[in-house]
Amino acid sequence: MKNSVNRDLPEDVMKDLNYKPFETTEIGHPEIQRVAPKVHVSTGDDKVVTSIKQVIKDTLKDGMTISFHHHFRNGDFVFNTVMREIIDAGYKDLTLAPSSLTGVMNDMVIEAIKAGTITNITSSGMRGSLGDFVSHGGLKNPVIFRSHGNRARAIEHGDIKIDVAFLGVPNADALGNANGMEGDAVFGSLGYALMDAQYADKVVLLTDNIVSYPNTPASIKQTQVDYVVKVDKVGDPDKIGSGATRFTKDPKELKIASTVNDVIVNSPYFKDGFSFQTGSGGAALAVTRYLRQAMIDNKIKASFALGGITKPTTDLLKEGLVDKVMDVQDFDKGAADSMHTNANQQEIDASWYADPDNKGAMVDQLDVVILSALEIDTKFNVNVMSGSDGVIRGAIGGHQDAATAKLTIISAPLVRGRIATVVPDVTTVVTPGDSVDVLVTEYGIAINPKRKDLQEALGNLPGVPVYKIEDLQRLAEQKVGKPKPLEFTDRTVAMIEYRDGSIIDTVKEVKD
Amino acid sequence: MAENEERLRRTMMFVPGNNPAMVKDAGIYGADSIMFDLEDSVSMSEKDAARVLVYEALQTQDYGNAELVVRVNGQDTPYYANDVKAMVKAGIDVIRLPKTESPAMVHQLEDDILAAEKEFGREAGSTHLMAAIESAKGVLNAPQIAAASDRMIGIALSAEDYTTDMKTHRYPDGAELVFARNMVLHAARAAGVAAFDTVFTNMDDTEGFYRETEYIHQLGFDGKSLVNPRQIAMVNKVYEPTEKEVLNAKNVINAIEEARLKGSGVISMNGQMVDRPVVLRAQRVMRLAKASNLVDEEGNYIEK
Repeated sequence: MKNSVNRDLPEDVMKDLNYKPFETTEIGHPEIQRVAPKVHVSTGDDKVVTSIKQVIKDTLKDGMTISFHHHFRNGDFVFNTVMREIIDAGYKDLTLAPSSLTGVMNDMVIEAIKAGTITNITSSGMRGSLGDFVSHGGLKNPVIFRSHGNRARAIEHGDIKIDVAFLGVPNADALGNANGMEGDAVFGSLGYALMDAQYADKVVLLTDNIVSYPNTPASIKQTQVDYVVKVDKVGDPDKIGSGATRFTKDPKELKIASTVNDVIVNSPYFKDGFSFQTGSGGAALAVTRYLRQAMIDNKIKASFALGGITKPTTDLLKEGLVDKVMDVQDFDKGAADSMHTNANQQEIDASWYADPDNKGAMVDQLDVVILSALEIDTKFNVNVMSGSDGVIRGAIGGHQDAATAKLTIISAPLVRGRIATVVPDVTTVVTPGDSVDVLVTEYGIAINPKRKDLQEALGNLPGVPVYKIEDLQRLAEQKVGKPKPLEFTDRTVAMIEYRDGSIIDTVKEVKD
Repeated sequence: MAENEERLRRTMMFVPGNNPAMVKDAGIYGADSIMFDLEDSVSMSEKDAARVLVYEALQTQDYGNAELVVRVNGQDTPYYANDVKAMVKAGIDVIRLPKTESPAMVHQLEDDILAAEKEFGREAGSTHLMAAIESAKGVLNAPQIAAASDRMIGIALSAEDYTTDMKTHRYPDGAELVFARNMVLHAARAAGVAAFDTVFTNMDDTEGFYRETEYIHQLGFDGKSLVNPRQIAMVNKVYEPTEKEVLNAKNVINAIEEARLKGSGVISMNGQMVDRPVVLRAQRVMRLAKASNLVDEEGNYIEK
């Protein structure tokens, strides 16, 4: 069975998991039914407990689905604390459904898989030893990868039915009112965790900081919370964010960033009231700096900046160049602190951010987005999931969701070391070429031929050579040569959902 | 003096010849000249590897319209002979001789290049050369060095070695280089070749870099040697002509065209005769304006 991006999908797995092949980026106007969680009624007087072991015993059964958020990133202490207890208690056949998995969780997940505790995983991504483990067939059932918006959709649909959500927070009162902004381990927006708090049958907060009642602003509310567990430490503040954000000095990244800025400024979308999303990473931060200058020079202000937020973006807010920051997660302490002090930095949940099955999501209103790529092919399909060795080492994040913006720019070097970024066919399709408009490399840009308007607007910029994407691919191949094709077995180790829940590609077990 | 009239040489970017990533990417920054270095930035143990790397890159990579220069090792080193042979064989545009102190050194290089051109079937005279002036002796001999060869495209002041030789070091105000800069510049102009100013290495001192670049621009240097691609845009900005200069140059060019159409030998503009220096300056302004994307194909100023 092939889908509309020409990917061969395994009939048996598709049938077993009741999946449809990806057809189109158009969502249309279907009527859908959302689910609601079970509520164990209480006045809330006895939520605070000290034993996570007891909470697990009272809430968890074999075969259930558990969830976590990844807002603590590599400073997370909650995941490993909870999973240790779950593995030691001998639970089996759990489905792990976190918003994403960070490196600090890898060893514990592998241990849980080996112990039979975890037999299914759905996540935005995975990297390092866990990606390697899964790509080598370590987990029997295929991992389901979903974008942040798609996870929200799947939770609302009941495709992901969370039985128990274990959510770490830097503060909570005795009833469970909590936010991400105060305490030792602050991370700012609780955007992804808000879905779990709203839809899980049992919501367990873990915090090292119980504050007086009522705690405001309450991102997670007492109406949603079953338990508040006091722990020693929820996270390591130094590892949550990237600390002080430093602009790149890499001349190649700066060159790409300045070209991205040229593309934005000369597009029809760069006008007063426009909106944008940049993401993190050296080049993205540099784009923000160039964009700031262009906005000042052209006397243009943005109505909102969206998505994962960094300090350079909150600086624009402070400076008055951006009216609102719509914040689903914060990548550094500066951005997290800003949420606390600036009322125009609005915390949004993953559904509001990017859920396609909505009465309008923020990404539907987005003008410009800058996204990265491990690979992009001559059909403009993008891979952010598997490396040049075919091994899982990435995350969908909001890639598919934000790519629905009116101007989607992929910023990537033509080659990395001796590996081509622009290739004839990506190893794994994550974001379909239909939603990608412009590729920016250090050599020049390529414009999706479907965007005649952009060909017109960007075709003749001084200092910005325009290539056919096939020519960029050839240029890359001329530099680094043609790699031997990767070898995989027939076994499917991961399914890549498109944001509507259809299957856009699969990842096969690598053959060593 | 090879093709000196036409070429802009605002930026000569140094690229360590032993760094594959930098050699590969050297073409993307828009430098007027790219100088692959086999000398100071390459350690002894990597001399051969760097030579092979640059040779292969010259065969396989597309550096667009940039002028390609290689700084070979000095004539007193065991690497010099192979450097010259390999680079001539690769078809390099320009060989840069370090630590040039006398016209005799230039003549030696000329002979070696010619021999290599014959050996590898390159057209005799197709390889150009330039000389780096790095000592008191070199500065005092600069006029003879600049005029020593028909292959010569320019001379460059290299201030690090020079200031050491002068028993001083570099200062922010550049007073220690006043004589050398003027000497090198005059030598170049008298010989009709290009003059390149020395590198500025402190990447954190943007203000100092602009100050120095504006100064050497005012003196009349063609451009500057650069250690970082991020400096290219800054130099180009300093060398960018003003709107008034461009409009005036365009008028001069129009007057030349008008005179040509009329078959008149005298160019006049607004009733005044336009003499040769004005024409030359106008042509140079238009070249700079084109390179700075300030004018369209027909030379019309693009309103910002």
